Amino acid sequence: MGMVNIRNLTRIFDVSKPWLNRMVERREKAYLTAVSDVSFEIAERSVYALVGESGSGKSTIGKMLVGLLGPSEGSVEIRGTDLAREKDAAKVDAVRRDIQMIFQDPFASLNPRWRVRDIIVEPVAARGGNTEGMAERLLEQVGLAARDAGKFPHEFSGGQRQRICIARALASEPKLIVCDEPTSALDVSVQAQVLNLMSDLKDAFGLTYLFISHDLTVVQHMADRIGVLYLGRLVEEADPDALFDDPKHPYTQMLLAAAPQLDNFGREVPPPTGEIPDPINPPPGCAYHPRCPLAADICSRERPVMRDLRGARVACHMVE
Amino acid sequence: MAGPVLSIRDLTVEIPTRYGILRPVNGVSYDIAAGEILGVVGESGAGKSMAGNAVIGLLSPPAHIAGGEILVNGTRIDSLQGEAMRRLRGKEIGMVFQDPLTSLNPLLRIGDQLTETMLAHLDISRSEAEKRAVAALEEVGIPGAAERVDSFPHEFSGGMRQRVVIALALCAEPSLIIADEPTTALDVSVQAQIISLLKRLCRDRGTAVMLITHDMGVIAEAADRVAVMYAGQLAELGPVRDVLTAPHHPYTHGLMGSTPLASRGRDRLHQIPGAMPRLDALPDGCAFHPRCPYGQDRCKSDPGPRITDGDGRAACWFPLKQEAVA
Repeated sequence: MGMVNIRNLTRIFDVSKPWLNRMVERREKAYLTAVSDVSFEIAERSVYALVGESGSGKSTIGKMLVGLLGPSEGSVEIRGTDLAREKDAAKVDAVRRDIQMIFQDPFASLNPRWRVRDIIVEPVAARGGNTEGMAERLLEQVGLAARDAGKFPHEFSGGQRQRICIARALASEPKLIVCDEPTSALDVSVQAQVLNLMSDLKDAFGLTYLFISHDLTVVQHMADRIGVLYLGRLVEEADPDALFDDPKHPYTQMLLAAAPQLDNFGREVPPPTGEIPDPINPPPGCAYHPRCPLAADICSRERPVMRDLRGARVACHMVE
Repeated sequence: MAGPVLSIRDLTVEIPTRYGILRPVNGVSYDIAAGEILGVVGESGAGKSMAGNAVIGLLSPPAHIAGGEILVNGTRIDSLQGEAMRRLRGKEIGMVFQDPLTSLNPLLRIGDQLTETMLAHLDISRSEAEKRAVAALEEVGIPGAAERVDSFPHEFSGGMRQRVVIALALCAEPSLIIADEPTTALDVSVQAQIISLLKRLCRDRGTAVMLITHDMGVIAEAADRVAVMYAGQLAELGPVRDVLTAPHHPYTHGLMGSTPLASRGRDRLHQIPGAMPRLDALPDGCAFHPRCPYGQDRCKSDPGPRITDGDGRAACWFPLKQEAVA
């Protein structure tokens, strides 16, 4: 039993045009399925990574996990509590207290008019906790100086701001942190500093991370378990070694082949064909079948279910 | 074989500010030969885009070229102004920017944008230009090019838009393409498509490419040679395999160590202590010395040796002696 249990999670957005446009232009309502029937578990004190390209639904899952969005179907259970359906407000509050989030853009996620001290202690101050000396202590823990507490966000570089975001996330002593592309906006040397810091803090505080990223090498470095998303569907889930040494789903194989590699000079490989289809009208059956080299008749008719295969979970009809 | 297509000699770009003169590009020299892809890497603020903008004459005032020479096919272009620069831009030098949506005019059909560029630079008739526009779109791999010439930019996906931008950059048959982070806004699978397209087109046409990016993986796969920039200066220049597998400059070494790599497993990433200095607070001597694990007294007072082409690989007094992995 994992710390987080996600079952058949689905999120549908209404992307219809306004009523008058629909009447005049005779358009149907339009729905975008951002996340479709996704199930996985996150074990306590582990790093679960979600990878996928833009539009694969990885951020939507992260938002549902922290409760910023409600699921359309299915459930997110954290320590046995379903945040969206639990009636007991005190219970929901107790669980939410344990969840924090780190966002991609450290320039947009800090209030420019607040001092760093106020930003960091807010998760605790909002619940009326004691914040004496807290900001200074946390700043030192994330590798900044205690005197930085009196400064404003604009006085810091991107990497330092991401450290402030991490300090803020740690303030309420969470158990689970959802990290949505935490290093995508950073340079590679700063990224290394932030990733190392995140690993250290995980060990020091016994944290669990949901790590959302599009960067396969970062995911390989950080994750204990990896889920690959394509068009809102989980297509493969495996441990890093299994996933990178023996990718099973054709999409995972394509993704790994397409990722630039540092030790492959002047590599000439046929680039992947096709593009991600329109999520408003996804292909029937397996969403990947129009681009898939293995595709057979069944792939365009039936959506594959997750099955176990050599230590991984794969949603594919064809792969053996 | 003639000389290099692009030759930059001791290029310095200055920005006068209230706090003194900043030099985002400081004494940089490199050449790019026909058909060659030179990768320019560095972190934000290293001056890699600034150097590209200087070449194509897109420095926005008060930034200006304060010294050095830029030669394209042997002709000096750094002193060109107004009309002369405008004629050269697009004809001799094509440009591909990071964001394909903002580099296309949203109100013009893409066919019109292509023919406009060709009519401005090539001596051909409108019907010929229209024919070539379709051919250019076919070449960059846009399906149904004959119909798609009449589409607007918003009707294309991000990857397709970047293909249109590449067609636009290549349509006047320039001898040099400057690609500034061409795939940073794209997904990995689309990135692989665009990089392979860029490589194929430039090899076939013998176009020289300045590929500016922060992604070492892209450099490893696409570039022939690589120039590593740090705080406005060239830190290291050499064949891509040598520089990436056996860096001579401690900065390149640190940069490679901080990149997560499959073969390195899950050990801690190497950290370069500190951050790149701000341009208004550059240290004396070698700009990297406060962060350098090998720094010695000389580094604190003497700026590192300048790299001039064919002479030295790393701008460092005490380069790491490593043998390239074969």
